[in-house]
Amino acid sequence: MKITIVGNSAAAVGAIEAIRELDQEATIQVVTAEGPAIYSRPLISHYVGGEIDEGHLAYRPPTFYETHQVETLFDEVVTAIDAQAHTVATAKGRTLDYDKLLLAIGGSPIVPPMAGLDLAGVTTFATWADAAAIDHEIDAGHVSQAVVVGGGMIGIKATDALLKRGVQVTMVELAPRILIRALDELGAEMMTDLFERAGVRVLTENTVAEIIPDGERIGGVVLKDGQRLDCDLLVFGIGVRPNVALARDAGVKVDRGVVVDRAMRTSDPDIYAAGDVAEAYDLVVDLNRTVAIWPNAYRQGAIAGAQMVGQPRQDQGGIAMNAIEVAGVPCVAIGEGNAEGDGYTVMTRAQPERHQYRRLVLEGNRLVGVILVGNISRAGIYTGLIRHRVDVSAHRDSLLSDRLSLLSVPEDYRKHVVRGQGIEV
Amino acid sequence: MKRIVIHEEYCIACRLCEVHCLVAHSSSRDIVKAYRHERDTIMSRVVVEESGPLSFAMQCRQCEDPRCLEACPSGAMHRDPRTGAITCDESRCVGCWMCIMVCPAGAVQQSTSGHRIASKCDLCQDADMPACVAHCPNEALTYEEVS
Repeated sequence: MKITIVGNSAAAVGAIEAIRELDQEATIQVVTAEGPAIYSRPLISHYVGGEIDEGHLAYRPPTFYETHQVETLFDEVVTAIDAQAHTVATAKGRTLDYDKLLLAIGGSPIVPPMAGLDLAGVTTFATWADAAAIDHEIDAGHVSQAVVVGGGMIGIKATDALLKRGVQVTMVELAPRILIRALDELGAEMMTDLFERAGVRVLTENTVAEIIPDGERIGGVVLKDGQRLDCDLLVFGIGVRPNVALARDAGVKVDRGVVVDRAMRTSDPDIYAAGDVAEAYDLVVDLNRTVAIWPNAYRQGAIAGAQMVGQPRQDQGGIAMNAIEVAGVPCVAIGEGNAEGDGYTVMTRAQPERHQYRRLVLEGNRLVGVILVGNISRAGIYTGLIRHRVDVSAHRDSLLSDRLSLLSVPEDYRKHVVRGQGIEV
Repeated sequence: MKRIVIHEEYCIACRLCEVHCLVAHSSSRDIVKAYRHERDTIMSRVVVEESGPLSFAMQCRQCEDPRCLEACPSGAMHRDPRTGAITCDESRCVGCWMCIMVCPAGAVQQSTSGHRIASKCDLCQDADMPACVAHCPNEALTYEEVS
C-alpha cells in the first residue's frame, strides 16, 4: 500500500498519526510546497504578537517524519493528478505514483486584484513566511501604521498581534460589522469596543480600493468611500479559498471545496481530501460545507488516514467554531451562535460595559449555537450538547448561568460524560 | 490504561480532592506552604460540583478519542508516550483556549498562574496514584484499569 499525502499541516499530521497507529507497513509519502518544518498556522498571530518565538511555531518535533516512517519531498508543488494512472506530477518534473492519495492542501488567502500588491509592506496573514516578513518589517522599524483588510477571524488575529507590537491599526471590513459569520450584533459591538478602547480604528462597510506606493514600499491606501489612509503595512486577512484546482482538473467533484463523504473520500474512490480544502459534513447545519478550522482538519485527516489503511472510521460531522482574544478578552463562538429569526429560540445574558456576554441559540429542544465573551469557562460543555443533539428543553435556565457545569445538563447525558467511557456516542 | 472513576453516590463534597490536587501541583508539595505562599499561582485541576444532595469531583476523563488533542494547534496537548495520560505541555501552550472550547467535560481550565496556559489533570504522572484518589476519604474517586 502506497499512500501519498499532499500537504503538511493539521490534516496531514492527523492522517499520518492515524495510519501509524494502525499500520506499520504502508508506505507514506508526503509532498509539500513548504517544509521541512511542520508548523502551526494558527500560532503565527502569537509569533507576530511577540508572545512566542519561532521555535514555538513547531506543531510536531523535527523528528516527526522520521519516527513515523514517512518519505518526504519538500518545496515540491504538485501540479496535476492523473486519477486513471494513479500518479501525481510535480513542478520539478517528478511523477509519483500512489494507491491512495490524500489532498491536505488547504486554502489560499483571498486577495482582491489591484495594482501594488508586490510592494514591500503588502502581505497576507497565512504562513510562517508571512509572519516572518511582518516581524522583520516591525523589527526594522518600518511599521508605525497598518491597515488590516478583513474583520473576520484572520483580520482580528492580525490586528490583535500588531496591536501587541505597538502598531497603530485601522481595520477595514466590508460587512456592516466585524466577525459577522461568528457573532451577532451585540457580540460584535463588544469586540469592536475592545478594539477601539485599545486604539484600533474599526471601519465597516468599507474596503481598500487602491494601493498608493511610496517608492518600493506601500505609502497608503484609498478606501472604497474615497478616504485616504497613510500606512506602512497592508495586511489582507479576508479569508481563504480552498485550493480546489488540482482536484477539479483531475475530474474530482468540486463545489466550494473538494466534496467528501463521511469517510473523507472524494468522488474518486482512491482520492481523499481533508482540512481546509475539503467540503465535509457539518452536523449543525446538516450540510456539507467548507469550515477552515484546526480541529476539523486534524480529525478529517485522521479519518482519511484510517480509511486509507482499511479501517472503516466515519466522520460524525464537524462544527464551525473558534476561539479568539481581543485586548485580553476571550471570545468563543460555536455553531450557529449568531442565528436569529423564525425557528430559533435565543437566550442572552449580557453586561456590555464589562464585555461579558453569553448567547445561546436553540432550535426546538436542541442547542445549535453559542457565543461567549469574557467568561469562556467550560465552553466545551456546550459543544458536547450541540454535538450529541441533547434535548436541553428542561435545562435552559441553568445553561445560561455563568456557573455552567455538568450539573446544568440532563442527568443521562451527565452520567454519560462523567463515566467518561465512549464519550463518542 | 488506568483512569479515575467517579462515584457520585459516595461523594460527600468534602473537597479534599481539590486540596490535595493543589498541593500535588505546588512546588513545595507541602499543604501549609502551598496554601500560604503559592495559593495565587497554583490551582486544583479537579473541581467538586455540588447541587443539593448531588455532588461529584470532576477532572479530565482521559477520553480515548480526545477532542482537546485534535483541537490543540500548538502541540502542547499530547498523550504521554510513557503513561498514556493526556497532558498539557505548559511550555508549549499559548492559551488559545481551543481545548476549553471542545472539552465535553469542561475539564480544562484557564490557569491562574499568571501565564496564559491551559490547566488540566495529568493523573499525577510521577505518583502511583493521583492525589485526588489517594486522599478521597469515601472512595468516591477510584483509580482503575478501565477497558
